[in-house]
Amino acid sequence: MWDASGTAVPPGDLPNMPTQSPEPGSNEHLEIDLRQPALAAFWGWLWPGAGHLYQRRYAKGVLFMVCILSTYVYGLMMAGGRVVYASWTGTEKRWQYFCQLGVGLPALPALVQARRLARGQKPLLGGIMAPPRTDPFTGVDQLSQWHLEHKLYFDLGTLYTMIAGLLNVLAIYDAYAGPVLMAVPEKRGKRAAADSS
Amino acid sequence: MHVSSLFASWASTQLWYSIPLIVSISLVYGATRHEQMGPILHHAWRMGKWMVGFVLVIMAILTLASWAC
Repeated sequence: MWDASGTAVPPGDLPNMPTQSPEPGSNEHLEIDLRQPALAAFWGWLWPGAGHLYQRRYAKGVLFMVCILSTYVYGLMMAGGRVVYASWTGTEKRWQYFCQLGVGLPALPALVQARRLARGQKPLLGGIMAPPRTDPFTGVDQLSQWHLEHKLYFDLGTLYTMIAGLLNVLAIYDAYAGPVLMAVPEKRGKRAAADSS
Repeated sequence: MHVSSLFASWASTQLWYSIPLIVSISLVYGATRHEQMGPILHHAWRMGKWMVGFVLVIMAILTLASWAC
């Protein structure tokens, strides 16, 4: 049993879980059952929000799932499913994929497509998430064609999918260690009264 | 290009794409700081306003710079 700061909570304190000050922005006192944090983090990486659902933190799980997946899918659709691909060749080092990989399973088909192309097989599903190729006969670079075809949306889609992956890293940390509670500074009057007493 | 038309062209195109990102980032960031929906939404609202303000200030600086040069 863990509280929000990752310290163990005695089982006897469970009836108080979770407790929280109702005033927004105030210091929150809460105790959260993180169950197995490492497993929750793994679920959270595999599917955004799944780690929180595993921990029975349903509201946050649904919030993470909706926000992260909608950002990812919107970015993916902007450029016809071409902005997420895995490639690490001499001419194309797709470092953005490391950020996109943060969303877990929705980005993993890119690895399958890259592996199939490396083996000389045809990509699946019409080439969605397959890395761009260069035609050996005509010399036409497919990546340049994608940029030409989608213009601004190729970069925007890349940005959206990267941010979705990075946001899921925050969600994974939250599943592993709980929320990072913020200490609200005391008002001067209260502090002065406390000092004088 | 006139400043007002520059603002209008930006507002009608690329800037709109920042709105979904700001909403997503605000909500996810707020959710990593709180556990219950009330404080999460309150934090997200404050953070969203801060980000919009930041973007507008940068936009104003760039617009003035491009206008002056």
